[in-house]
Amino acid sequence: MAERLQVNPTRMELTRLKKKLATATRGHKLLKDKRDELMRLFLERVRENRRLRKQVEAGILAANKDFMLARAAMQDPVLNTALLAPKQKVSLESTTENVMSVEVPKFTFHTRTPQESDMFSYGFAFTSGDLDDAIESLAAVFPAMLRLAESEKACQLMASEIEKTRRRVNALEHVMIPQLQETIRYITMKLDENERSTQVRLMKVKDMMLQEAHGYESL
Amino acid sequence: MYKIAVLGDRDSIYGFGALGLEVLPIEEAETGAKTLRRLAEEDYAVLYVTEALCAQIPQELERLRERPLPAVVPIPGLSGNTGMGMAMVKRSVEQAVGSDILANES
Repeated sequence: MAERLQVNPTRMELTRLKKKLATATRGHKLLKDKRDELMRLFLERVRENRRLRKQVEAGILAANKDFMLARAAMQDPVLNTALLAPKQKVSLESTTENVMSVEVPKFTFHTRTPQESDMFSYGFAFTSGDLDDAIESLAAVFPAMLRLAESEKACQLMASEIEKTRRRVNALEHVMIPQLQETIRYITMKLDENERSTQVRLMKVKDMMLQEAHGYESL
Repeated sequence: MYKIAVLGDRDSIYGFGALGLEVLPIEEAETGAKTLRRLAEEDYAVLYVTEALCAQIPQELERLRERPLPAVVPIPGLSGNTGMGMAMVKRSVEQAVGSDILANES
């Protein structure tokens, strides 16, 4: 049984608590709906997040293998020179998307060189072909990496929002609402009891007065 | 206009330079934490951090978790995949649901 609140058992308090209970019940329903919807969206996104992560991890692994080969075939200074001045430049735009009042980022990116084959920052004479492969495979996985960043952030933000909402729902369901109901019950009973006791007192007084005036005894 | 940076040991990340991302070679955890904190205040939207470095600075990642930007994404380095990225996803699910209900899905 829930603890009842410390209030005076008055009619005014009763009205106030009833109003509060109505608000709490409505809030509870709304928050519960919010939680359920957030959870549905979250699970969708997390599934995508896992898929993207697998894809990206596999992609980077493959690219790293190519880079290893490139490093084996080339001397370090040559490699450094080749990558010293990057030709490609990525510019990123970020907008926010509102998912059930959670602001999640949305990225779009543009590359400076429009053609994919135009991104190599070196001549092909002194570098190993493995380096080209490596950079190409990394470039291929990059769009997925960006979407991974987007969906991972969204998942993190939504997870914390779901946690908060869940706590609120539970607090309302298991603490606030039972407490209010218990207090309302207490006040109602107390008021009823007061009314009965007044009734009895009045009846008694009536009896006494009748007897005094007429020597008359009511039934 | 936002920027993208890649942090980690040099061998793991230098290739990203060719893609036009900013490459910040970092060897020690302390400089990593400092750099991450600095970058978070500048206009970087995405920070890719190698798993090896991530493992050394968990409290910094935790701090950036709740912020809308930047997104810190662990990526496998040259030393291979430690499964840390997936562990972070798992943590999100656990935080939201209470237990990892997607563990059995492939």
